[in-house]
Amino acid sequence: MSVLFIALPTALILGGLAVVGFVLSVRSGQLDDLDTPPRRVLSDD
Amino acid sequence: MSLSSPVGCTHCGLPVAQARREDGVDAWFCCHGCRTAHALIVEHGLESFYRQAGADERRAAATGDGPRPSYDDLDRARFVEAHTTVTAPGEREATLGIEGMHCAACIWLLEKLPRVVPGVVEARVDWRRASLRVRWQTEHTSLAAIAEAVSGLGYRPHPEAASGRERHGQTDHRQLVSLGIAFAAAGNNMLIALSLYLGMFLMMAEPVVQLLRGASCVVGMVSLLGPGRVFFVGAWAAWRSRTPHMDLPVALGLAVGGVAGLVNTVTGQGEVYFDTLSALVFLLLLGRFIQARQQRRAAALVEVLYSVTPRTARRVVDGEVLEVPALTLEPGDWVQVRAGEVVPADGTVLRGRSAVDHKVLTGESRPCTVEPGASLAAGAINLRAALTVRVDATGEDTRMGRILADVEPSAGPAAQVVRLADRIGGWFVVTVVIAAVVTLVGWLVLDPTVAVDHAVALLIVACPCALALATPLAISVAIGRAARAQILIKGGDVLQRLATPGVLWLDKTGTLTQGCMSVLQWDGDATALAWVTALQRHSSHPVARALVEYGATRGHHGRPTVTDVDQSMRGGIEGRVDGHRVLVGNAPFVEGRVTGPLPPVVLRAAMQMVARVVSPVFVAVDGQVVAVAGVGDPLRPEAASVVGQLQERGWEVGILSGDHPDVVAHVGRALGLSAARCHGGLLPRDKVAYVRQRDGGPSTVMVGDGVNDGAALAAATVGIAVREGAESGLDAAPVYLGSPGLAGLVELVDGSRSTLRTIRRNFAVSLAYNAVSIGLAAFGLIGPLTAAVLMPLSSLSVVGMSLALRWRHASP
Repeated sequence: MSVLFIALPTALILGGLAVVGFVLSVRSGQLDDLDTPPRRVLSDD
Repeated sequence: MSLSSPVGCTHCGLPVAQARREDGVDAWFCCHGCRTAHALIVEHGLESFYRQAGADERRAAATGDGPRPSYDDLDRARFVEAHTTVTAPGEREATLGIEGMHCAACIWLLEKLPRVVPGVVEARVDWRRASLRVRWQTEHTSLAAIAEAVSGLGYRPHPEAASGRERHGQTDHRQLVSLGIAFAAAGNNMLIALSLYLGMFLMMAEPVVQLLRGASCVVGMVSLLGPGRVFFVGAWAAWRSRTPHMDLPVALGLAVGGVAGLVNTVTGQGEVYFDTLSALVFLLLLGRFIQARQQRRAAALVEVLYSVTPRTARRVVDGEVLEVPALTLEPGDWVQVRAGEVVPADGTVLRGRSAVDHKVLTGESRPCTVEPGASLAAGAINLRAALTVRVDATGEDTRMGRILADVEPSAGPAAQVVRLADRIGGWFVVTVVIAAVVTLVGWLVLDPTVAVDHAVALLIVACPCALALATPLAISVAIGRAARAQILIKGGDVLQRLATPGVLWLDKTGTLTQGCMSVLQWDGDATALAWVTALQRHSSHPVARALVEYGATRGHHGRPTVTDVDQSMRGGIEGRVDGHRVLVGNAPFVEGRVTGPLPPVVLRAAMQMVARVVSPVFVAVDGQVVAVAGVGDPLRPEAASVVGQLQERGWEVGILSGDHPDVVAHVGRALGLSAARCHGGLLPRDKVAYVRQRDGGPSTVMVGDGVNDGAALAAATVGIAVREGAESGLDAAPVYLGSPGLAGLVELVDGSRSTLRTIRRNFAVSLAYNAVSIGLAAFGLIGPLTAAVLMPLSSLSVVGMSLALRWRHASP
């Protein structure tokens, strides 16, 4: 059971990182337009 | 490629006529537009557009010949100031609406704009809004040059008014971030709580328990102090202004739970409540987020305004007519409005005489004549002949803009339903926390060994999930079912308000009636109809259109020779058909131009029509009146039965119309309405006043179309926009009936009633469930494990009841 002392903080930190990633993606406007990028990806540049 | 076989246009793929091929060029074009677009694309090395776009998509991109509007006016100082924004020194940004985007290749091509127009820094397509956001360096290029280039590529750009979109974007970001954090906290805390509860049976070691409690406390505090802060801020504001607000009990519950949990974590005794608290924060924020989204859609008034006025206008500059974007017009400009066009701005007629349809503004279905000096309003339709107009006011300063501005303050009241959940949720948390503390203290006195168990069981069974789900679930199910029946509902509170009968006002033109003139009866010589049909094809007047349609349905498609058409006169039209002089017009028009008496059949019919408030239109051939047509705006066939069904359900039905009081009174009698509830000759402001009276119960519903109803639709407790007519009132109204006709009204009222019943049942079941289970847990009759099994049951029952909600199709 003592493995929880490492596993739990690790899990929370990883979860926290995911939240930070989400916040950054929202702030950079990635979630504003969900329709154009799936079409844009079809073009090769 | 052999020259005799048909060849596709190199740009759009349409077949090319041989004559348009050019020698010595390895490309063929169907029109000048395609050649320009192709040249631009090749010049800037963007040929891979043709590889990416399939043949069908290119065909859709056909540019077509025809005059292109001039975009030079986009550089007028006033426009630049009002509708573009400075993003950096020397850089500006604007949004262009783009027509003609069809595929991924179009996005690719438009976003390559920086290569086509030097000075463009960035171009981004928004597919759903069909718009292009461009940023450019002001010293190297201008918006006019950019629009010109986009137009050269074969798309039709039009400037978009700068609106509150940016501001909304930022609020959106903040809300989404809050929601994300609250969700992560709630999810993690659920898992931690689960471990804690399970640990009680596995005899988990004390240090591990403390670790889990500590983690739960940290995560819970993040949720409370981060996303949950809005509740404290709201409660503090409510406290200071001494106004009861739903944030108050929520904040109280969160604060009591948070402090108690914190103390218990530090002392290592008692319960931590953080799992329940973070779940509550998340669910309450989720409800608000959904609500805010729905309200935003109803609020974009600027866009309503621009949807009823045309996008381009013909500006007269030094005797030359230029087609320019309507947004760039300024007071003092001269514009030309041709027959059949919509007036782009408020103005004064300088030259020309015509008939104008102000229906969209006043609801008056009969056209009125205008001559030099008369004033015109934006949104009016010019019916007969070209007019030259001096612009007096544009955009939001126009009469229509002011009507819409009236709407704005009354569009405010927020949804009540979500607040109901807030209120109950807040008191619920307080009650549960108090009950838990009482249980704990009570059992510590009676039997300390089971005290914690009982308190925990109480907290688990009291999970507010079912309560939080009760309203949003029932409402989203109802909105979904309604959408399938083509009724679009933009906010949940609509359903609540429609559930109790009150006063329901109906607009006449376009709502109760079909909104366009049609021939209701024809008396006299039937053979004259063929000539009348042929003659009236030369006019765009609504009465003429009605006669043509009537003639066409009776098989008069032939085209007798029509010459010498004169439609410049007031009240009628004259022409020579197959050698006969044919006159069609109202009584004063025909009277002075015929000889001999009216035939008795025509006279009798005309008298009848006047009594029925139908306009008689006389037909004279070679100086003799031969027939009369009754022209009016007929009632929708289902109107009477819908009104009857609404009255059966307890609604007080009335009419508010801009049309003549006699016409309104007649329609009211035909529908069996009391004369005191039928009001005609109203201006938009008068309609608002009637709607605001609230004299017949809690809810006043307005059903209408068009911008002239916009203010009344928004001032009513529920505004319902109907299809057909001007498709503009729909954004101002929280409900839009998407299927033609009024049958949806009865469906909506019935559906609202059953939705509210479902919500009440949900609340009753989840509260009863929680009351019973809290009671059982407090007296130690269920342990934590039984509680964990029982908890989802209440949520499931609420889900089940919501899904069972019925939305019946009413038969008209």
